[in-house]
Amino acid sequence: MTASLSLGPVPDARLGRINPVAQLTAMIVVTLVLLTSLDVVTPAVVVAAELCLLPAAGLTDLRDLWRRTWPLVLGATSVGLVNVLLSDDATVVTGVGLGLRVVGLALPGVLLVASTDPVRLADALTIHWRLSTRFAFGALAALRLVPLLVAEFESVRLARRTRGVEAGRNPVAQARLVGGIAFTLLVGAVRRGSRLATAMDARGFDSGIRRSNARGSRLHPRDAGFVAGAVLVCAVAVTSSVLSGAWAPIFVG
Amino acid sequence: MRLVARGLGVRHASRRAWALTGVDLVVEPGERLLLTGASGAGKSTLLAALAGILEAEGTEVTGELTVDGGPPRAARGRLGLLAQDPDSQLVMTRAGDDVAFGLENAGLPPEVIWPRVDEALAAVGFPYGRDRATQALSGGEKQRLVLAGALARRPGLLLLDEPTAQLDPDGAALVRTAVARATPGRTATVVVVDHDAEPWLPLVDRVVEVTPDGLVQHGPGWRPLPRTAGLRLPPGPDGTVLLAAQAAGFTYRGSSAPALSPSTTALRGGRVLAVTGRNGTGKSTLALLLAGLRAPTSGRVTASADLTGAVRTGSDEPHRWRAGELVSRIGTVFQHPEQQFLTGRLRDELAVGPLRSGRQAAAARATADELLERLGLSAFADANPYTLSGGQQRRLSVATALATSPQVLVLDEPTFGQDAATWRELVTLLAEQRAQGRAVAVVTHDADLVEVLADHRLALGPP
Repeated sequence: MTASLSLGPVPDARLGRINPVAQLTAMIVVTLVLLTSLDVVTPAVVVAAELCLLPAAGLTDLRDLWRRTWPLVLGATSVGLVNVLLSDDATVVTGVGLGLRVVGLALPGVLLVASTDPVRLADALTIHWRLSTRFAFGALAALRLVPLLVAEFESVRLARRTRGVEAGRNPVAQARLVGGIAFTLLVGAVRRGSRLATAMDARGFDSGIRRSNARGSRLHPRDAGFVAGAVLVCAVAVTSSVLSGAWAPIFVG
Repeated sequence: MRLVARGLGVRHASRRAWALTGVDLVVEPGERLLLTGASGAGKSTLLAALAGILEAEGTEVTGELTVDGGPPRAARGRLGLLAQDPDSQLVMTRAGDDVAFGLENAGLPPEVIWPRVDEALAAVGFPYGRDRATQALSGGEKQRLVLAGALARRPGLLLLDEPTAQLDPDGAALVRTAVARATPGRTATVVVVDHDAEPWLPLVDRVVEVTPDGLVQHGPGWRPLPRTAGLRLPPGPDGTVLLAAQAAGFTYRGSSAPALSPSTTALRGGRVLAVTGRNGTGKSTLALLLAGLRAPTSGRVTASADLTGAVRTGSDEPHRWRAGELVSRIGTVFQHPEQQFLTGRLRDELAVGPLRSGRQAAAARATADELLERLGLSAFADANPYTLSGGQQRRLSVATALATSPQVLVLDEPTFGQDAATWRELVTLLAEQRAQGRAVAVVTHDADLVEVLADHRLALGPP
């Protein structure tokens, strides 16, 4: 659990060489196409292309891949199943299509997180898309605290057992226990957050001076190529969908 | 930078008592000053005032405080700050980027930033390159990195707020060495706040003690009284083995390296066992096994028939006991007391354990009141545990473990970051438990604690 949330310099994933804003642009293209098509062929082609990028994002170890994607797989499967079971006119093909759509929408996010140092993401967003540095680096600092919370959850749970508090098999007691732990974690997180804010303040963060960037963020021809590739994949997906007769855009009808 | 305080008083929001009153202090440019004093004396408040980071809302400030003639807030651009918690001061994912963070905030161009980053990393003796992942660093290394981040900004005033309180002795020594080597030119005024004065003495020019009656200046050659001075602790009776680990080891699921290699030890009634060893040797993991919080992945931890008594499962392995059974047999105190608090009032907090172990409400209440009295916390009976000072929270967490009169006590770093007064109280309290025939296990880096209290020692090596 900790591993999938931990942030840090990525050990040389090739996808990380694509500028984060190019990756985000490609994500927007893919998202627009997937959100407007309701067939099974379009998401199938898109997902196939995304899967080809897994090695480039350094996700070659199956166990690591599963750790990062199991909530996504679970979500996609249930979306598909629910639609098939509860809808009168939905066929199995429709269900598979909807499930693939969820995977196609979420997988680019998994790829981005796996391949890209969050600092480079903040750099790219503030330099190319003029996102506020206050927001980008503030969010970055907050993100660093997440793995700490995960580790703390376990120790707070054990701490409760020492006080005679555990849930056993009663689901209501379990919900209450998790609620109590969450509260303890929240109190800790608020305090740590305010200490972090003080530390950033003392280093001149958001003091009214225009912030410079020591690393910079360059756009290369390969970034344009990456976006063009995403557009091409979407074009191929829609074309094959139309040719196979499966094409069902959301606006028609 | 020159610091001047005249008649300074500070009262925090929603507090009746003043945290500081009538403080007069002058610190000359380039001077190195140590502010010491007991927990809660107002040291950190004074430091926050100097840094210009006092909570703006509701805080009342009287008198005068200037940094180079102006308000502290205006001097913020030339301030360097190193606080206690290594985990809440780093922003970036790589070491070099983190040092650069403060320089970017000052709007400096990259060609100026990187040479300064390298210079600052070298000055604090940072042993890795710029690309080192910040989350892979130890506590002491993180603190050195934060110091480098402060120094890179070329501060005129460097404020250090108990920078070693959360570090083991090795990490603490690293940080002090880094402070000494990084400030040779006397270009910055340095103010250190620490209740543990001794280790800083070779580094500072002057010591000022913050007391409830005001500031006390200590002359050259002053040394604090050793905290063990005059301490007489009662020995324990000769008891039997209550809890034993037989080649008990632990490996986290999915991890290839063990967190604790097989260890054998025994806890006897009337005896204190001290578990020592460097960070990463599995000391805290052993405490979790002895406390019945985790099951050993190899070997066994077993309780004697006396300790086990009538548990429902009939098992002699504490990790199989229900929490309600565990709480009256083995009391555990974690390193961070606030993780164990469950209620919004001290009195309720102390009653939780007795109630959970099946005692009547009236009896639980009586136990709670008696413990409050004994630990000098009666005045706070209705206060929220989170609002207590660090030393008070520590005493409360020990008291909650004692409330159910367990025969075995397991404590993880009970004296960590405590001032001399709290230290003596805790040591005395633990010796009392021993005298009553209880078995006590302490996991600790604290050499003084081991010296005065330990009957048996277990030194863990790398797993």
